[in-house]
Amino acid sequence: MAMWLFIIADSATFAGCLVAYGFIRNASANWPRPFHGITNVALMTLILLTSSLTMMFAVRHAESGDKAKAFRWTLITAVCGIMFAALHLREWFGMIGEGATLFHNPWGTPLFSSLFFSITGLHLLHVTGGVVALIVVGLRYRGGRYNADDLEITGLYWHFVDLVWMFVVPLVYLLNLAH
Amino acid sequence: MTTAGASNSSAGKDIAVYGCLLALAGIQFLIAYSDITASQMFVRMLIVAMVEAGVALLFFMHLWENRGLKWFVIIFTVAVILGMQYGWTDSFRLSNGVPWAK
Repeated sequence: MAMWLFIIADSATFAGCLVAYGFIRNASANWPRPFHGITNVALMTLILLTSSLTMMFAVRHAESGDKAKAFRWTLITAVCGIMFAALHLREWFGMIGEGATLFHNPWGTPLFSSLFFSITGLHLLHVTGGVVALIVVGLRYRGGRYNADDLEITGLYWHFVDLVWMFVVPLVYLLNLAH
Repeated sequence: MTTAGASNSSAGKDIAVYGCLLALAGIQFLIAYSDITASQMFVRMLIVAMVEAGVALLFFMHLWENRGLKWFVIIFTVAVILGMQYGWTDSFRLSNGVPWAK
């Protein structure tokens, strides 16, 4: 129940950020559309969706009492999260290399890069926290300190992180594709 | 149904839901390249995103199996949104026009 309350509250946070982004984008005269390719964001989406599936496998094995398989799938989920974070940071460094920073971007209004780094940074922070939680809870589950319910609750958080990405991708990336 | 059978059926369902989510994500990418206005694109992408979120909530987050929890989440979320819309000081001022700061 506590995790559900946290998820609802955090959803409100992301909803607020994305709605604010929408208003600012609509009100800005020279909003840039700097994304030329979708390969990286498509790969990140595939990895995150796959990690939700692997988390489901971990929870199913935990429910059936198979600790070894549950821990293995939990670690695979964490690895997917690390891969997602690495791809995301690579994209960030690419944009920083092109001159985009929190307060400046070379393609148009500086608000674009402020919002981009803020929203994706907040999501990346959630992913990073989720990876740490998965590893800690996975290890403690394997050691017997936590049970299957605890793993499932951590899985709820991970699915929430994936769910938020489903809104970030179209609003922040796909609407800003260069045509 | 045996335990192994039940387990296989659960895994099959999870993979089917995963396939649906991938398909919906693919639809969003197709919408991004279609020849429509930005506002049409935004609306269509938002609808697809909400369907994706609904599928993930119902099947990956187990709301489909737990009716009581599902209604709690729906009611609490609506209450939070209404509270933020009408209870927040600035929202009240924007909606009702008063009181304005002098």
